[in-house]
Amino acid sequence: MNEMIKMVVVLTVLSVVSGGALAYVQTSTTAQIENNKLQFIKGPAVKTILGKTSNDPIVDRFKIDQNSFFVGKYDGNPKAVVFESSGKGFGGDVGIVVGVELDDDKILGVRVTTMSETPGVGARAKTDTTFVSQFKDQTLKGTFKVKADGGQVDAIGGATITSRAVSAALTDASKFYKELKPQIIEKAKAVK
Amino acid sequence: MAKSLVQEFTKGLWKEIPPFRLVLGLCPTLAVTKAVENGVGMGIAFTAVLVGSNILVSLLRNVIPAKVRIACYIIIIATFVTLIDLLMQAYAFPLSQKLGIFIPLIVVNCIVLGRAEAFASKNGVMASTADAFGMGIGYTFALGALAAVRELLGTGSLVGEIPYLFKYSVTNVFGPHFQPFDFMIQAPGAFIGLGLMLCLMNLAAKK
Repeated sequence: MNEMIKMVVVLTVLSVVSGGALAYVQTSTTAQIENNKLQFIKGPAVKTILGKTSNDPIVDRFKIDQNSFFVGKYDGNPKAVVFESSGKGFGGDVGIVVGVELDDDKILGVRVTTMSETPGVGARAKTDTTFVSQFKDQTLKGTFKVKADGGQVDAIGGATITSRAVSAALTDASKFYKELKPQIIEKAKAVK
Repeated sequence: MAKSLVQEFTKGLWKEIPPFRLVLGLCPTLAVTKAVENGVGMGIAFTAVLVGSNILVSLLRNVIPAKVRIACYIIIIATFVTLIDLLMQAYAFPLSQKLGIFIPLIVVNCIVLGRAEAFASKNGVMASTADAFGMGIGYTFALGALAAVRELLGTGSLVGEIPYLFKYSVTNVFGPHFQPFDFMIQAPGAFIGLGLMLCLMNLAAKK
């Protein structure tokens, strides 16, 4: 009996201490990691989509609820925003950034940022830009579905689930773009 | 017969070097040695985990009941690995991206659990620390050596950066007409490279 108690106590204390240490380090590093992701992953993707802007879209960003919007100004006028969305993929969430022209809701570009898909298969959504380039110049409206589900999106060969994830992410994106558009335009104009 | 602290440290550097003599921890050895900066980066992260884990296991060796010792070691090791993973994402992000899933996989690296069970649970803190540093640095050398061979033969140059330490760029080592031996960068090349290193180490040990 004593032995059992000792085992339980040791395991419990160990778990509690380690849980505490992990929680502490996690909260202290969250901000820095977010910054890193912005700088190394999302930043380059955002800049690629917006092309040559007269401002720095990373600096000119605003948030609505939990979502970040990066503003692209051309000759001083805010003309486009890039924001994030995500869809459920094979190994977890597939995160994308999508750039939209505010005037006509045209998609400027889509890039996959974070994902845990299978290398060589689903991961091609990130490494191979031919998949995401099909969205350029389409309108960010309505639902996006892969051809196998009756839609228009050309899936990556052998990576239907990942392609579905990107399509779902775009569908979500078009939904909240439509809902938040007036707010987005207002904030984009206000950002200094 | 107790060995001196120095002996505990140096055995990990050559006589009992983890991947080549203990033949442990081969999966990450094969996977991260495509480039020297990956191999060395992995070695440093690994050493941090091994030192932390050995010290803690050794400190608690009389408290942890034998029946649940493996569970306890795993809690300790997994915690250290997660801490190192978070710290790397925060302060060495590009390296953490390159190593990807192999940082979390240090938890199941046989060397760490092996040293905890075979050594730290039976020896004092000083000896365990020396053992951990020796094994860790030996592992880093081993990874660096194998990665150097693979990167040199596979690309003809050694280019990279050790975070906070130095950058290096040694190009065209074999001259401009060198045809890179792509095979060495890929999986089969890893196995063959490792096999050759094992062979050389065995020959050296025989003498």
